[in-house]
Amino acid sequence: MLRIVCLLLAMVATSVTYADVSAVYGFDNRSEEQRYQNLIAELRCPKCQNQNIADSNSPISKDMRNVVYQMMLDGASNEEIVDSLVGRFGEFVKYKPDLDRRTFVLWATPAIAVLGGLLVVVGIVVRSRRTGTAAPALSAEEQARIDQMLAEQARNGND
Amino acid sequence: MKRFLLFLPLLVAIVVGAFLFAGIGKDPTKLDSALVGKPVPVFSLKGLKEPEATYDESLFQGEITLLNVWGTWCPACRDEHGDLMWLAQEKNVTIIGLNYKDNRDDALVWLDRLGDPYSEVIFDPKGTLGFDLGVYGAPETFVIDASGIVRYRHVGVVNVEVWEQILLPVINDARENG
Repeated sequence: MLRIVCLLLAMVATSVTYADVSAVYGFDNRSEEQRYQNLIAELRCPKCQNQNIADSNSPISKDMRNVVYQMMLDGASNEEIVDSLVGRFGEFVKYKPDLDRRTFVLWATPAIAVLGGLLVVVGIVVRSRRTGTAAPALSAEEQARIDQMLAEQARNGND
Repeated sequence: MKRFLLFLPLLVAIVVGAFLFAGIGKDPTKLDSALVGKPVPVFSLKGLKEPEATYDESLFQGEITLLNVWGTWCPACRDEHGDLMWLAQEKNVTIIGLNYKDNRDDALVWLDRLGDPYSEVIFDPKGTLGFDLGVYGAPETFVIDASGIVRYRHVGVVNVEVWEQILLPVINDARENG
């Protein structure tokens, strides 16, 4: 009995420990922490080009995370934070670039692909409908030929 | 109409091919600096060689300079050091160093041993000016005109070829239009 009580006490006394970002960067509340996570997830590391700064271990990403955190503490908006990093490292650090002349093709590609697909589907539907209804099985010429052949057969059969 | 449709795949292949061909040979790791056309960021940092001296952005006023970002931890910086010496001694280029995320003792030993191509060296152990310049990997070399405006940023090693084909034309342009 004593053993079981000890065991239960030990279980109750154990608190859950888990690691998360707030262990490194303190935030006042969950929504601020979420804002930080969203920001570092959509900023791209200039050094290791296919990682965001949340994923990357490179020193420059660490510096960028630091700056994002510091600016958040200073009360900067998301836009101000992203703009200040773009001002230093260029448009490249945004995973979602602004729509302009250079990025137009990039943004338009999905629409062009969908449009192309729709055109193909429409084409197939129109064509199948045309072959289904129009064009009678035999042309007048063919019909005449068949009539002639049948008549010939009938005549031969009578002989 | 039918005949046109037969050529459609060829047409698509040509358009896509031309678009993709334009991208061949571009090095995606070399990014244009966001600072081109803008003044050198405001800063206030100590000197490496003269620890008492404090430098700020006015250091880049008056003549065309190269700003070379380096550190003793950076192997490629060692590669280009000989060429920087050549530029400083043979071509009389004014090179200002930015010692980036380094420690003073190592950096001074490096300059002592390999030679010193820099007219001044800014000591930036925390990398604050480097961050403001958008430095993402040393070595990087900026061309800065006489009024302190960034004209060009080269990422990677400077050698004779880079000097002749990239940096010198930018400097000549800055000289003519400055």
